[in-house]
Amino acid sequence: MSAAESALASPSPPGTPWWRRVLAFVTEANVAVVTLLAVVGGLVVGALLIIVTTPATLHAWGAVGRAPGAAFATSFSTVGNAYGALFAGSVISPSALGHALTTGRGWTGVFTPISETLVSATPLILAGTGVAIGFSTGVFNIGGQGQLIAGALAATYVGFGVSLPLVPHLVLVVLAGAAGGALAGFIPGILKARTGAHEVIVTIMLNYIFLDLLAYLLTTHPLQQPGQSNSISQTIPMTARLPHLFGSTLRVNLGLLIALAVAAAASWFMRKSTLGFEFTVIGANPSAGRTAGMDARRATIAVLTISGALVGLAGMSTVSGTDFFLSSGYGGAVGFNAITVALLGRNRPLGVVLGSLLFAALSTGGRYMQAVASIPIDLTTVIQAVIVFMVATPALVREIFRLREAGAGKILLFTKGWGG
Amino acid sequence: MRLELAGITKRFGDLVANDGIDLSVEEGEIHCLLGENGAGKTTLMNVLFGLLHADGGEIRIDGEPVRFSDPGDAVRRGIGMVHQHFMLVPVFSVAENVVLGFEPVRRLGFLDRRRARAEIRRLSAEFGLAVDPDALVEHLPVGAQQRVEILKALIRDAKVLILDEPTAVLTPQETEALFTIMRSLVAAGRSILFITHKLKEVLAVADRITVVRLGRVVGHTTPAETDEDQLAAMMVGRSVELVVHKEPARPGEAVLEIAGLRVVDDRGVTVVDDVSLDVRAGEIVAVAGVQGNGQTELAEAVTGMRAVAAGTIRVGGRDLSHATPRRAIEAGVANVPEDRQSDGLVLSLSIADNLVLNQYDRAPYARHGARRLARVRADGERKLAEFDIRAPSAAVAVGTLSGGNQQKVVVARELSRPVKLLVCSQPTRGLDVGSIEYVHRRIVAERDRGAAVLLVSSELDEVLALGDRVAVMYRGRIAGVVDPSVGRDRIGLLMAGIDAVAPPPGGAKGESP
Repeated sequence: MSAAESALASPSPPGTPWWRRVLAFVTEANVAVVTLLAVVGGLVVGALLIIVTTPATLHAWGAVGRAPGAAFATSFSTVGNAYGALFAGSVISPSALGHALTTGRGWTGVFTPISETLVSATPLILAGTGVAIGFSTGVFNIGGQGQLIAGALAATYVGFGVSLPLVPHLVLVVLAGAAGGALAGFIPGILKARTGAHEVIVTIMLNYIFLDLLAYLLTTHPLQQPGQSNSISQTIPMTARLPHLFGSTLRVNLGLLIALAVAAAASWFMRKSTLGFEFTVIGANPSAGRTAGMDARRATIAVLTISGALVGLAGMSTVSGTDFFLSSGYGGAVGFNAITVALLGRNRPLGVVLGSLLFAALSTGGRYMQAVASIPIDLTTVIQAVIVFMVATPALVREIFRLREAGAGKILLFTKGWGG
Repeated sequence: MRLELAGITKRFGDLVANDGIDLSVEEGEIHCLLGENGAGKTTLMNVLFGLLHADGGEIRIDGEPVRFSDPGDAVRRGIGMVHQHFMLVPVFSVAENVVLGFEPVRRLGFLDRRRARAEIRRLSAEFGLAVDPDALVEHLPVGAQQRVEILKALIRDAKVLILDEPTAVLTPQETEALFTIMRSLVAAGRSILFITHKLKEVLAVADRITVVRLGRVVGHTTPAETDEDQLAAMMVGRSVELVVHKEPARPGEAVLEIAGLRVVDDRGVTVVDDVSLDVRAGEIVAVAGVQGNGQTELAEAVTGMRAVAAGTIRVGGRDLSHATPRRAIEAGVANVPEDRQSDGLVLSLSIADNLVLNQYDRAPYARHGARRLARVRADGERKLAEFDIRAPSAAVAVGTLSGGNQQKVVVARELSRPVKLLVCSQPTRGLDVGSIEYVHRRIVAERDRGAAVLLVSSELDEVLALGDRVAVMYRGRIAGVVDPSVGRDRIGLLMAGIDAVAPPPGGAKGESP
């Protein structure tokens, strides 16, 4: 939050009791309240969907004339079970906790859900932060998928191609991941700076190029695993793998700490570094930046390179943290989900971290919910979509929840335009 | 039609932008609404046009209370508005723009261009609004674009026309032409509500005057009962000096030396042609001319914003012919750009950040690539006081300030470091009297400190008041460099490209005051 915004955050005159200020804050359509209500909205829509798609609740509602209480009770218990499973599968399972407390064994099972959530949040945090740096500079990096593949490819090559002791090898792998992504970001950067090519088009097209490059390399020596006809890469050795943080059974690894450190560094960079200020100025008003002696073209290249480097680290974090080899279509939707969490986190690294945790929890919890409560995992996709939809349309949230308009300067609308 | 505003009140949070404003516009009169920037004029007009909703008071037409929920309502009741910033589609023709949203159609929904053109020709002829219905708007000069805006209101049968700061973007000649049009409109029974902060224009054209200050009406008067000094005092709440006090210049060494300069614009057309001009330390050279004669591009070339096609620019002996803006800044060139909102400021950033926009990565505002935000903020607060910037704190976004205060931020930034050459383009355009006075004093103080000043202005009053020498540009060339004492008429002729007296040997360069 910039200084200007925090100055405006409490419009109440001095001397107002604190609880009135708090009340004023939570009834106003500011960023925090809108985001929170968007999450609530997503869960409410999800609950309604559960009710109308589960046969048991539908039957109960069919008989609502005879047993109105039963309809409500069935609905509540179905939704409660589903969301209970969502929570148990992504954060902590109360039954596993009870079991571990009484028997003193099975602690691993208690921490597995949260570990899995952190594992899937790691690449989202890295890629989301990268994309967010671009967005806040007015550069729309849609090339997350390509840059992630480039980072993962570089990390994999250095992983199996080099033989070194653990620490230097791992450092090299991490740097390779960043370098691969940086190169993939530099290409649209230099094209935009030199020729004016729009980065949205170029990065989207580069996604296809890297996808196909990966598919090609996976069928050729030396990347393809020897003796395999499938498109699978060689496995990277132990020295190139990110060590687990809490024992071998929990998959949460050093990648999480790297991701958090990167988010903290990015936050400092955007708020306090001179280059970050240059990015902000050029993002907000390039011609004023130029008049003040800034080099907008150099900044464009730098932004896309840095953004790509962080997305590349995301690719490194999965290949070196959990997967250890590449397959075709590597990375899946992470490159695009990164855009979503950047939007959800409003381009601030802390917001990106929180958004990534939420998204990761919904997808890990969703798998458990599908297994335990027989609710399709697609439901979590719907919840995610509703959240993003509401975050992107603050006016709608304001109407639904009857919030007051936020004060001047607290501009909420994020998806204004894709700067030409 | 008689339009009345009674007790209009509009609040934005704690700020009362309009506080019980009463105003009436009679049929067939030009009513001037005069006030400083930030006095609440534009807010009032937006209430009247249905863009904002008043918190109190009412609007009456011929005595009957009306409510406008949107501009469409206002238009239907015969109110037309010409905004300060035009609302035109550049790639459409004049006729298409005028009928936009109001298109005459033939059967099957085809646009009836012939009828649109005929209607425009009729209105053009009736009110002297010379404009070609088939010209593309993007090719028209600003004055003609404004006539298109007026036509848009007239074709919708506006009885009361609101003109919001219409002369801010016009040359003196275009302003005169606008006044002629305004007089013919009221002669035909329409009414005009003319919003401005320019005293001369009010006295020239108004039938009645309402002065507002800080959201309140401070008085109603007529041109016959008042004069410039009295209006200025009403506007700012104190008496202001309309003339600039300055001692005769004591010029020293040449600081800016321009020789044989040629500059081309974005389309490749030569806009500055073989210009040679020196500006010495301790003098103000004012560049006069009708807009679009190369003055803007001249200033851009000197500040490194535009490439030089031929010739040289030297500042303090250093060759800056092909300098980037950054090198020009480092060489001691300060730049107050023509369009402060697009080139001078980042509106979403704080005042403090804007004050260091070209110093952000240098001591004392940064060290080892990290910004020293406490220092930036503290210096910002200090400059609020030093440069009379009216804002609650330096942490406030610049975009929330009035135009005058925004310009003070630009001036404060540019004059807060050692400056050899100060380049000001239209430094007081759109500013209120108090801010104009302040900016003028600062420019003169900078000259007296020993800086060379290159002032580009299309306001002849400003050129005459500030310039120690006046360079008149016409079609990219310097038509003559004269002493301001030669008077308006001679300078006016030079601006029109007519030189009664043959230029002295050596052309434009180096004529002493």
